[in-house]
Amino acid sequence: MAQAVQTTIDAGAVPPVEAPVAPLILEHPHTSTGLDSRKLLMWAFLASDCMFFGTLIATYMVYKNRSIVPPLPRETFDVPYTSVSAFVLLLSSLTMVLALAAIQGGQERRMRIWLSATALLGCVFLGGQFYEFTTFYRDGLTLSSNLFGSTFFTLTGFHGTHVFIGVFWLSSLVAQSFRGRLHQRDSLWVEIAGLYWHFVDIVWILIFTLVYLIPD
Amino acid sequence: MTHDAGLPTHDSHQGVEHAHPTPKTYALIGLVLAIITMAKVSAYTQQSIRPILVPILLVLSACKFAMVVGAYMHLRFDHPLFLAVFGFGLAVAGSVITALMFLFGQYPLPHHG
Repeated sequence: MAQAVQTTIDAGAVPPVEAPVAPLILEHPHTSTGLDSRKLLMWAFLASDCMFFGTLIATYMVYKNRSIVPPLPRETFDVPYTSVSAFVLLLSSLTMVLALAAIQGGQERRMRIWLSATALLGCVFLGGQFYEFTTFYRDGLTLSSNLFGSTFFTLTGFHGTHVFIGVFWLSSLVAQSFRGRLHQRDSLWVEIAGLYWHFVDIVWILIFTLVYLIPD
Repeated sequence: MTHDAGLPTHDSHQGVEHAHPTPKTYALIGLVLAIITMAKVSAYTQQSIRPILVPILLVLSACKFAMVVGAYMHLRFDHPLFLAVFGFGLAVAGSVITALMFLFGQYPLPHHG
Protein backbone atom coordinates (compact mmCIF):
# COMPACT_ATOMS: atom_id res chain seq x y z
CA MET A 1 0.00 0.00 0.00
CA ALA A 2 2.77 2.35 0.96
CA GLN A 3 4.57 1.51 -2.24
CA ALA A 4 1.40 2.26 -4.25
CA VAL A 5 1.04 5.67 -2.61
CA GLN A 6 4.71 6.42 -3.30
CA THR A 7 4.20 5.45 -6.93
CA THR A 8 1.20 7.78 -7.19
CA ILE A 9 3.20 10.65 -5.73
CA ASP A 10 6.09 10.01 -8.07
CA ALA A 11 3.74 9.89 -11.04
CA GLY A 12 2.21 13.26 -10.10
CA ALA A 13 5.47 14.91 -9.26
CA VAL A 14 7.04 17.47 -11.55
CA PRO A 15 10.01 15.93 -13.34
CA PRO A 16 13.34 17.50 -12.45
CA VAL A 17 14.32 20.38 -14.71
CA GLU A 18 17.52 19.73 -16.55
CA ALA A 19 18.29 23.28 -17.49
CA PRO A 20 20.19 25.26 -14.87
CA VAL A 21 17.96 27.61 -12.96
CA ALA A 22 19.27 31.03 -12.04
CA PRO A 23 19.53 31.25 -8.28
CA LEU A 24 16.99 33.51 -6.64
CA ILE A 25 19.05 36.05 -4.78
CA LEU A 26 17.24 37.33 -1.74
CA GLU A 27 19.11 40.20 -0.17
CA HIS A 28 17.21 39.93 3.05
CA PRO A 29 15.87 37.09 5.18
CA HIS A 30 12.30 35.92 4.62
CA THR A 31 9.83 38.15 6.45
CA SER A 32 6.09 37.84 6.94
CA THR A 33 5.50 41.05 4.98
CA GLY A 34 7.90 40.13 2.20
CA LEU A 35 9.59 43.46 2.77
CA ASP A 36 13.05 44.13 4.07
CA SER A 37 12.76 44.73 7.81
CA ARG A 38 15.59 47.27 7.78
CA LYS A 39 13.78 49.49 5.32
CA LEU A 40 10.46 49.07 7.11
CA LEU A 41 12.18 49.96 10.37
CA MET A 42 13.58 53.14 8.84
CA TRP A 43 10.13 54.17 7.61
CA ALA A 44 8.71 53.45 11.09
CA PHE A 45 11.49 55.57 12.61
CA LEU A 46 10.76 58.39 10.18
CA ALA A 47 7.07 58.19 11.09
CA SER A 48 7.97 58.53 14.78
CA ASP A 49 10.34 61.39 13.92
CA CYS A 50 7.41 63.09 12.16
CA MET A 51 5.56 63.08 15.47
CA PHE A 52 8.68 64.35 17.25
CA PHE A 53 9.14 67.29 14.90
CA GLY A 54 5.35 67.77 14.82
CA THR A 55 5.34 68.52 18.55
CA LEU A 56 8.33 70.85 18.26
CA ILE A 57 6.76 72.75 15.34
CA ALA A 58 3.43 72.89 17.20
CA THR A 59 5.16 74.30 20.28
CA TYR A 60 6.88 76.97 18.18
CA MET A 61 3.62 77.91 16.45
CA VAL A 62 1.68 78.03 19.72
CA TYR A 63 4.19 80.34 21.39
CA LYS A 64 4.74 82.45 18.31
CA ASN A 65 4.07 86.15 18.98
CA ARG A 66 3.76 85.51 22.71
CA SER A 67 7.20 86.73 23.66
CA ILE A 68 7.02 89.70 25.97
CA VAL A 69 10.61 90.83 25.66
CA PRO A 70 12.65 91.25 22.45
CA PRO A 71 14.27 90.15 20.24
CA LEU A 72 11.31 89.06 18.14
CA PRO A 73 11.36 86.93 14.95
CA ARG A 74 10.88 89.76 12.44
CA GLU A 75 13.82 91.73 13.76
CA THR A 76 16.01 88.66 14.02
CA PHE A 77 15.66 86.58 10.85
CA ASP A 78 17.75 87.09 7.75
CA VAL A 79 15.52 85.38 5.19
CA PRO A 80 17.81 85.77 2.13
CA TYR A 81 20.63 84.13 4.08
CA THR A 82 18.44 81.25 5.27
CA SER A 83 17.11 80.84 1.72
CA VAL A 84 20.64 79.98 0.61
CA SER A 85 20.81 77.36 3.38
CA ALA A 86 17.50 75.95 2.16
CA PHE A 87 18.91 75.73 -1.38
CA VAL A 88 22.01 73.96 -0.09
CA LEU A 89 19.96 71.33 1.73
CA LEU A 90 17.71 70.92 -1.30
CA LEU A 91 20.74 70.40 -3.51
CA SER A 92 22.06 67.80 -1.08
CA SER A 93 18.85 65.81 -1.56
CA LEU A 94 19.57 65.73 -5.29
CA THR A 95 23.16 64.56 -4.80
CA MET A 96 21.93 61.91 -2.35
CA VAL A 97 19.48 60.42 -4.80
CA LEU A 98 22.15 60.50 -7.52
CA ALA A 99 24.44 58.56 -5.17
CA LEU A 100 21.76 55.91 -4.78
CA ALA A 101 21.20 55.73 -8.54
CA ALA A 102 24.96 55.36 -9.01
CA ILE A 103 25.39 52.42 -6.63
CA GLN A 104 22.27 50.73 -7.96
CA GLY A 105 23.90 51.00 -11.37
CA GLY A 106 27.15 49.54 -10.04
CA GLN A 107 29.08 52.82 -10.34
CA GLU A 108 30.86 52.83 -7.00
CA ARG A 109 33.28 55.67 -7.74
CA ARG A 110 30.44 57.92 -8.85
CA MET A 111 28.50 56.92 -5.73
CA ARG A 112 31.42 57.98 -3.55
CA ILE A 113 31.57 61.35 -5.29
CA TRP A 114 27.86 62.03 -4.84
CA LEU A 115 27.86 60.81 -1.24
CA SER A 116 30.85 63.01 -0.44
CA ALA A 117 29.11 65.96 -2.11
CA THR A 118 26.00 65.30 0.00
CA ALA A 119 28.03 65.19 3.21
CA LEU A 120 29.87 68.36 2.18
CA LEU A 121 26.61 70.19 1.49
CA GLY A 122 25.37 69.01 4.87
CA CYS A 123 28.49 70.52 6.44
CA VAL A 124 27.84 73.79 4.59
CA PHE A 125 24.31 73.83 5.97
CA LEU A 126 25.59 73.15 9.49
CA GLY A 127 28.19 75.90 9.12
CA GLY A 128 25.45 78.28 8.02
CA GLN A 129 23.32 77.33 10.97
CA PHE A 130 26.23 77.80 13.35
CA TYR A 131 26.85 81.27 11.91
CA GLU A 132 23.15 82.10 12.21
CA PHE A 133 23.02 80.92 15.82
CA THR A 134 26.09 82.93 16.81
CA THR A 135 24.66 86.03 15.09
CA PHE A 136 21.40 85.64 16.99
CA TYR A 137 23.34 85.15 20.21
CA ARG A 138 25.23 88.39 19.63
CA ASP A 139 21.87 90.10 19.02
CA GLY A 140 20.68 88.96 22.42
CA LEU A 141 18.61 85.94 21.43
CA THR A 142 19.45 82.91 23.57
CA LEU A 143 17.73 79.72 24.59
CA SER A 144 16.46 81.43 27.73
CA SER A 145 15.93 85.03 26.59
CA ASN A 146 12.23 84.63 25.69
CA LEU A 147 9.63 82.14 24.38
CA PHE A 148 10.74 82.73 20.81
CA GLY A 149 14.36 81.93 21.67
CA SER A 150 13.46 78.76 23.58
CA THR A 151 11.17 77.31 20.92
CA PHE A 152 13.28 78.46 17.96
CA PHE A 153 16.59 77.08 19.21
CA THR A 154 14.98 73.81 20.35
CA LEU A 155 13.33 73.23 16.98
CA THR A 156 16.19 74.25 14.70
CA GLY A 157 18.78 72.78 17.07
CA PHE A 158 17.18 69.36 16.92
CA HIS A 159 17.01 69.63 13.15
CA GLY A 160 20.69 70.57 13.06
CA THR A 161 21.46 67.55 15.23
CA HIS A 162 19.68 65.37 12.68
CA VAL A 163 21.78 66.91 9.91
CA PHE A 164 24.94 66.29 11.93
CA ILE A 165 24.02 62.61 12.42
CA GLY A 166 23.27 62.39 8.71
CA VAL A 167 26.66 63.84 7.77
CA PHE A 168 28.36 61.33 10.08
CA TRP A 169 26.33 58.49 8.56
CA LEU A 170 27.14 59.51 4.98
CA SER A 171 30.83 59.89 5.82
CA SER A 172 30.88 56.39 7.29
CA LEU A 173 29.30 55.06 4.08
CA VAL A 174 32.02 56.75 2.02
CA ALA A 175 34.66 55.25 4.31
CA GLN A 176 33.06 51.80 3.97
CA SER A 177 33.11 52.18 0.21
CA PHE A 178 36.80 53.11 0.20
CA ARG A 179 37.48 49.99 2.27
CA GLY A 180 35.69 47.92 -0.37
CA ARG A 181 32.78 46.99 1.86
CA LEU A 182 30.01 48.77 -0.02
CA HIS A 183 29.05 47.32 -3.37
CA GLN A 184 26.04 47.24 -5.65
CA ARG A 185 24.48 44.39 -3.66
CA ASP A 186 24.65 46.57 -0.54
CA SER A 187 22.74 49.44 -2.12
CA LEU A 188 20.01 49.10 0.50
CA TRP A 189 22.32 50.70 3.07
CA VAL A 190 22.68 53.74 0.85
CA GLU A 191 18.93 53.76 0.23
CA ILE A 192 18.19 53.72 3.98
CA ALA A 193 20.70 56.52 4.64
CA GLY A 194 19.09 58.39 1.75
CA LEU A 195 15.63 58.04 3.30
CA TYR A 196 16.96 59.62 6.49
CA TRP A 197 18.66 62.41 4.57
CA HIS A 198 15.60 63.24 2.48
CA PHE A 199 13.53 63.29 5.65
CA VAL A 200 15.89 65.88 7.12
CA ASP A 201 15.34 67.90 3.93
CA ILE A 202 11.53 67.72 4.06
CA VAL A 203 11.55 68.76 7.71
CA TRP A 204 13.57 71.81 6.71
CA ILE A 205 11.03 72.58 3.96
CA LEU A 206 8.41 72.85 6.71
CA ILE A 207 10.62 74.72 9.19
CA PHE A 208 11.74 77.23 6.56
CA THR A 209 8.14 77.94 5.62
CA LEU A 210 6.48 77.93 9.03
CA VAL A 211 9.24 79.61 11.02
CA TYR A 212 10.97 81.95 8.58
CA LEU A 213 8.55 82.81 5.78
CA ILE A 214 5.11 82.96 7.35
CA PRO A 215 4.75 86.45 8.79
CA ASP A 216 3.92 87.15 12.43
CA MET B 1 4.07 49.21 -8.42
CA THR B 2 4.26 51.31 -11.49
CA HIS B 3 6.04 50.44 -14.68
CA ASP B 4 6.40 53.74 -16.43
CA ALA B 5 7.59 53.52 -19.98
CA GLY B 6 11.04 54.90 -20.49
CA LEU B 7 12.10 54.36 -16.92
CA PRO B 8 14.64 51.72 -16.02
CA THR B 9 13.48 48.82 -13.93
CA HIS B 10 15.61 46.82 -11.58
CA ASP B 11 15.20 44.39 -8.75
CA SER B 12 14.12 45.97 -5.56
CA HIS B 13 14.93 44.52 -2.19
CA GLN B 14 11.51 43.03 -2.01
CA GLY B 15 12.24 40.72 -4.90
CA VAL B 16 9.84 42.51 -7.24
CA GLU B 17 10.51 44.89 -10.07
CA HIS B 18 9.57 48.52 -9.98
CA ALA B 19 10.57 51.63 -11.84
CA HIS B 20 12.76 54.37 -10.44
CA PRO B 21 13.34 57.66 -12.20
CA THR B 22 16.56 58.16 -14.14
CA PRO B 23 19.29 60.57 -12.92
CA LYS B 24 18.09 63.00 -15.58
CA THR B 25 14.60 62.91 -14.10
CA TYR B 26 16.05 63.41 -10.62
CA ALA B 27 17.91 66.49 -11.86
CA LEU B 28 14.72 67.81 -13.48
CA ILE B 29 12.83 67.32 -10.22
CA GLY B 30 15.65 69.14 -8.42
CA LEU B 31 15.28 72.05 -10.83
CA VAL B 32 11.54 72.22 -10.21
CA LEU B 33 12.16 72.13 -6.45
CA ALA B 34 14.64 74.99 -6.76
CA ILE B 35 12.14 77.02 -8.81
CA ILE B 36 9.44 76.41 -6.19
CA THR B 37 11.84 77.56 -3.45
CA MET B 38 12.60 80.72 -5.41
CA ALA B 39 8.87 81.28 -5.88
CA LYS B 40 8.35 80.96 -2.13
CA VAL B 41 11.07 83.47 -1.30
CA SER B 42 9.88 85.93 -3.94
CA ALA B 43 6.29 85.58 -2.68
CA TYR B 44 7.58 86.42 0.79
CA THR B 45 9.09 89.66 -0.50
CA GLN B 46 5.94 90.81 -2.36
CA GLN B 47 3.86 93.12 -0.19
CA SER B 48 0.93 93.03 -2.63
CA ILE B 49 0.11 89.37 -1.95
CA ARG B 50 0.39 89.53 1.85
CA PRO B 51 -3.27 88.59 2.41
CA ILE B 52 -2.87 85.32 0.51
CA LEU B 53 0.77 84.70 1.37
CA VAL B 54 0.15 81.95 3.93
CA PRO B 55 -1.99 79.74 1.62
CA ILE B 56 0.50 80.24 -1.23
CA LEU B 57 3.45 79.24 0.97
CA LEU B 58 1.62 76.22 2.38
CA VAL B 59 0.59 74.95 -1.07
CA LEU B 60 4.11 75.40 -2.49
CA SER B 61 5.63 73.68 0.54
CA ALA B 62 3.17 70.80 0.21
CA CYS B 63 4.20 70.44 -3.46
CA LYS B 64 7.88 70.31 -2.50
CA PHE B 65 7.17 67.86 0.30
CA ALA B 66 5.21 65.56 -2.01
CA MET B 67 7.87 65.69 -4.72
CA VAL B 68 10.73 64.80 -2.37
CA VAL B 69 8.79 62.04 -0.62
CA GLY B 70 7.31 60.64 -3.82
CA ALA B 71 10.29 60.82 -6.16
CA TYR B 72 13.47 61.08 -4.08
CA MET B 73 12.30 58.77 -1.29
CA HIS B 74 10.63 56.51 -3.87
CA LEU B 75 7.43 56.29 -1.89
CA ARG B 76 5.47 56.58 -5.13
CA PHE B 77 7.14 53.48 -6.49
CA ASP B 78 7.57 51.43 -3.32
CA HIS B 79 5.33 49.06 -1.40
CA PRO B 80 2.12 50.68 -0.08
CA LEU B 81 2.97 49.55 3.45
CA PHE B 82 5.78 52.11 3.59
CA LEU B 83 3.30 54.81 2.60
CA ALA B 84 0.87 53.61 5.27
CA VAL B 85 3.50 53.61 8.01
CA PHE B 86 4.87 57.04 7.10
CA GLY B 87 1.42 58.44 6.39
CA PHE B 88 0.27 57.42 9.85
CA GLY B 89 3.12 59.29 11.53
CA LEU B 90 2.55 62.29 9.30
CA ALA B 91 -1.19 62.31 10.04
CA VAL B 92 -0.56 62.16 13.79
CA ALA B 93 1.97 65.00 13.54
CA GLY B 94 -0.41 67.12 11.46
CA SER B 95 -3.26 66.45 13.88
CA VAL B 96 -1.11 67.41 16.88
CA ILE B 97 -0.06 70.70 15.26
CA THR B 98 -3.63 71.58 14.26
CA ALA B 99 -5.14 70.56 17.60
CA LEU B 100 -2.60 72.49 19.66
CA MET B 101 -3.01 75.60 17.54
CA PHE B 102 -6.77 75.52 18.03
CA LEU B 103 -6.41 74.77 21.75
CA PHE B 104 -4.05 77.67 22.34
CA GLY B 105 -6.01 80.12 20.24
CA GLN B 106 -3.79 80.55 17.21
CA TYR B 107 -6.91 79.85 15.13
CA PRO B 108 -9.86 81.69 16.70
CA LEU B 109 -12.90 79.45 16.99
CA PRO B 110 -16.31 80.97 16.20
CA HIS B 111 -18.39 81.85 19.25
CA HIS B 112 -22.02 80.72 19.22
CA GLY B 113 -24.83 82.27 21.25
